[in-house]
Amino acid sequence: MDLNLVIPTTPNPNISEFRQGDRITVTVKVREGERERLQAFEGDVIRKRGRGLGSTFTVRRVSHGIAVERTFPYYSPSVESVKLVRHQKSRQARPYYLRSLYGKAARLKEDRRRSRR
Amino acid sequence: MKGILGKKKGMTRIFTEDGIVQPVSVIEAGPCVITQVKTHQTNGYQAIQLGYQDARNLNKPMSGHLRKSAPMKHLREFRTDDLAEAQLGQKINVDIFQPGDLVDITGISKGKGFAGGVKRYNFSGGPKTHGQSDRWRAPGSVGAGTTPGRTFKGTKMAGHMGSRKTTVTNLRVVHIDAERNLLLVKGAIPGGSNSVLIIKQSKKRI
Repeated sequence: MDLNLVIPTTPNPNISEFRQGDRITVTVKVREGERERLQAFEGDVIRKRGRGLGSTFTVRRVSHGIAVERTFPYYSPSVESVKLVRHQKSRQARPYYLRSLYGKAARLKEDRRRSRR
Repeated sequence: MKGILGKKKGMTRIFTEDGIVQPVSVIEAGPCVITQVKTHQTNGYQAIQLGYQDARNLNKPMSGHLRKSAPMKHLREFRTDDLAEAQLGQKINVDIFQPGDLVDITGISKGKGFAGGVKRYNFSGGPKTHGQSDRWRAPGSVGAGTTPGRTFKGTKMAGHMGSRKTTVTNLRVVHIDAERNLLLVKGAIPGGSNSVLIIKQSKKRI
């Protein structure tokens, strides 16, 4: 029995397709007391894991010289949308090596081949 | 007394509307059949015997016992004060429970084999450094000296762990799928996948 089918879940249609290494913008719902607002988080995907309801992806961004990595559950209703900003080339499935690089070296090249399509 | 038999199917997660993750155990519960109604007059106590899962090959004593109800693989008894509605052969489905109910779940825990004190009783073990050798997971002292001159019975030591009847109480029912006989409760339950479980309405009131 497939436990992922126990509670019917449809993938969020606002999550566009992306690969490891791509630059994406994740819009998350943030609750502040009563109010709910949206917050954007833009960075490179350094991990996509799991299938089914437990899937998550991790986005790394560097802001003001400080790197922040955030992991989002793929099926969480608090993930409002994911927009692909730029196709980028990554030979690794999990480009963790970006952690040991900083500045210009920590950039990934654009994957023009995929962008054209 | 609400109760049903089922099988553990495994664990997954569900999200609440605020995006909070809830770990849930999936149970295939029922349909069960009342295979015997025990009364004070005939048995000296009151209980309902439930059968779960159709059986094909039963031995003669069993098929004789189940002749009036239905051939079932697993039989378990539920003590009850109220037999008014119980009838032989009556079907019991998951819909006796509702989301929000609290249940106690009994099953056979996963076997861990012969386990040491650290794993079995959460002993701290010995120091790993400072010149220690062979003391990392040692149980330590098991008693005093000349008086009493023996180790007391029941002292916690290494031994067989798991494969015992275990009950987890007060689990919240999160979701029910009557069509597929599924019951989802929040949290972990004993045993491996496809092990038989007894699900009862919670005894304690909170």
